[in-house]
Amino acid sequence: MPSADRSAPSLAKDQTSGGRVAHWPVFKYAMRLPIVIWQGLFFIAPLIFMVAMSFFVVRNYRMTEDFVMKNWLKMMSRDYFWDSYALTFGLATLSTIVVMTVAFPAAYTLAFRVSDSTRRWAVFLLIIPFFTSYLVRIFSWYVILAESGVINAMLSYIGLGPYVMLNTKFGTIVGYMTLTLPLVIILQTFSLANIDRSLIEAAHNLGCKPWRTIYRVILPLARTGLIIAAVFCFILSFGDFVSPYYLGGSKPPTLPILIIDTVKSGQQWPRAAVVAVVMMVTLFAVAFAGIASAYRRRGS
Amino acid sequence: MNRDRLLKGFLFGYLALVFVFIFAPILFSIIFSFNSDRFPTIPLGGFTLKWYETIWQDPDVWEAARTSLMVSISVAITATCLGFATAYTDYRYQFKLKPLYLALILLPPTIPLIIMALAMLAWFAKIGLSGQVVSIIIAHTVLTAPFAMAIIRLRLSQMDASLEAAAWNLGADQWRALRLVIIPFCKPAIISSFCLTAAVSFDEFAIAWFISGLNKTIPVVILEIVTGNIDPQVNAIGSFVFLTSMTLVIIAQVVLMTKEKKEKDHHG
Repeated sequence: MPSADRSAPSLAKDQTSGGRVAHWPVFKYAMRLPIVIWQGLFFIAPLIFMVAMSFFVVRNYRMTEDFVMKNWLKMMSRDYFWDSYALTFGLATLSTIVVMTVAFPAAYTLAFRVSDSTRRWAVFLLIIPFFTSYLVRIFSWYVILAESGVINAMLSYIGLGPYVMLNTKFGTIVGYMTLTLPLVIILQTFSLANIDRSLIEAAHNLGCKPWRTIYRVILPLARTGLIIAAVFCFILSFGDFVSPYYLGGSKPPTLPILIIDTVKSGQQWPRAAVVAVVMMVTLFAVAFAGIASAYRRRGS
Repeated sequence: MNRDRLLKGFLFGYLALVFVFIFAPILFSIIFSFNSDRFPTIPLGGFTLKWYETIWQDPDVWEAARTSLMVSISVAITATCLGFATAYTDYRYQFKLKPLYLALILLPPTIPLIIMALAMLAWFAKIGLSGQVVSIIIAHTVLTAPFAMAIIRLRLSQMDASLEAAAWNLGADQWRALRLVIIPFCKPAIISSFCLTAAVSFDEFAIAWFISGLNKTIPVVILEIVTGNIDPQVNAIGSFVFLTSMTLVIIAQVVLMTKEKKEKDHHG
């Protein structure tokens, strides 16, 4: 066994090397292998198969395994695909900017202005939305934002509106925020709370103004965590189909909606696979760029 | 320091607004589930239980609830077992491909659900598992095992490494030490992992929608109602789902917190 058990204390190792426990790799592999087999069969294999599927052909409504470029050429040459791509990328970028900006003052307050126990409670509250149905929350927004909905009813009391909020980009962004805001606040709060307080106090004592402290001290120190939060926000917004469909009106469709339309009406799984592969490549590029800039040394 | 107080007031007001934004849809959904108007708005209509009665009498909803319950419980068991073995491996062993090993396990939550849904749909069709309840269980296990692993791994890092070694020195083999020392120590984390993975599975709709075939789960039924038209039934089902998930999450949280508190009191 080349692997040294570094976490086990030495007195245990003495016994394992001489005793009956030593030659029992069954235990070790019984712990280690199940997840490898499971994720290999049901996570990696499906993804690889999907990439392969983008080269299959559909004949007489049946998918046949093959290796042709037809699906790729077809999708790449269509304007609606690129419109959809630009829209999805733009919306996800906008969502990331909006959510990161909206979340920051909240995370700042939770990280620096409240007690530890209040922060723990706030984070617990922020976890709750993850376990409530996202669909139901979006349906709720649909009713709240509608032309005769709650917000417009309230606005009409002070003589405003009605405003059209459904089937607009505004609606889509509200939906994306519903999905990503709690997670982004949690990640931002943790990365801000981990900053060494004495550095902030030092800046303050040296006469640095609060805004400048945020810009010159806090943001650079929390950079890694903040970029990770932004990457998660982008990934979630980019891959979500519920908000652009129900709140954004889906005209034109975003890439996830394109996948659903292609699969549910017409059995064109290979073409849907092309869209999915393009999405994966985009997300890998964004995540990689994000991580590279998060760990890049300052000043280089 | 009047300016500081002003700033503090502003920040707390802002924080309150953000929480209002986050919880408004949940609260309104619960309020509207008791509201008699088909298209609810302000001022509210009368109080009614008819949406609850409608879903209570709907055999499709019952069927979906049964499927959802079976799926969540199976997912919770499988994901927690896999997560435990993985967390223990990470805690106990060092090996060359460990970063790759951990990446393999922790990656699924970063892949958009719609992509996983398409990939799983195609793969299950290929290996002859399409449209069955077991396919939903398998897919949700892939998705939730990382959460189980993370929760149990956190608990293991609180353990004194010499506990297990002491058990070996007293003559227990690794299986016995696992059963008598590690698992009892991890029990609160195992219970929370069980509840949280069940809650995630109970709410997941994208993958379930693609691969469930005729075996619809509750979120898939919601999705189909929502696609049709405005129907406050959704709020009634949603409140029921909310209640179920919240119960699970609160159990998970309370179990973890009381255990940690007890240990702190014990040591301190």
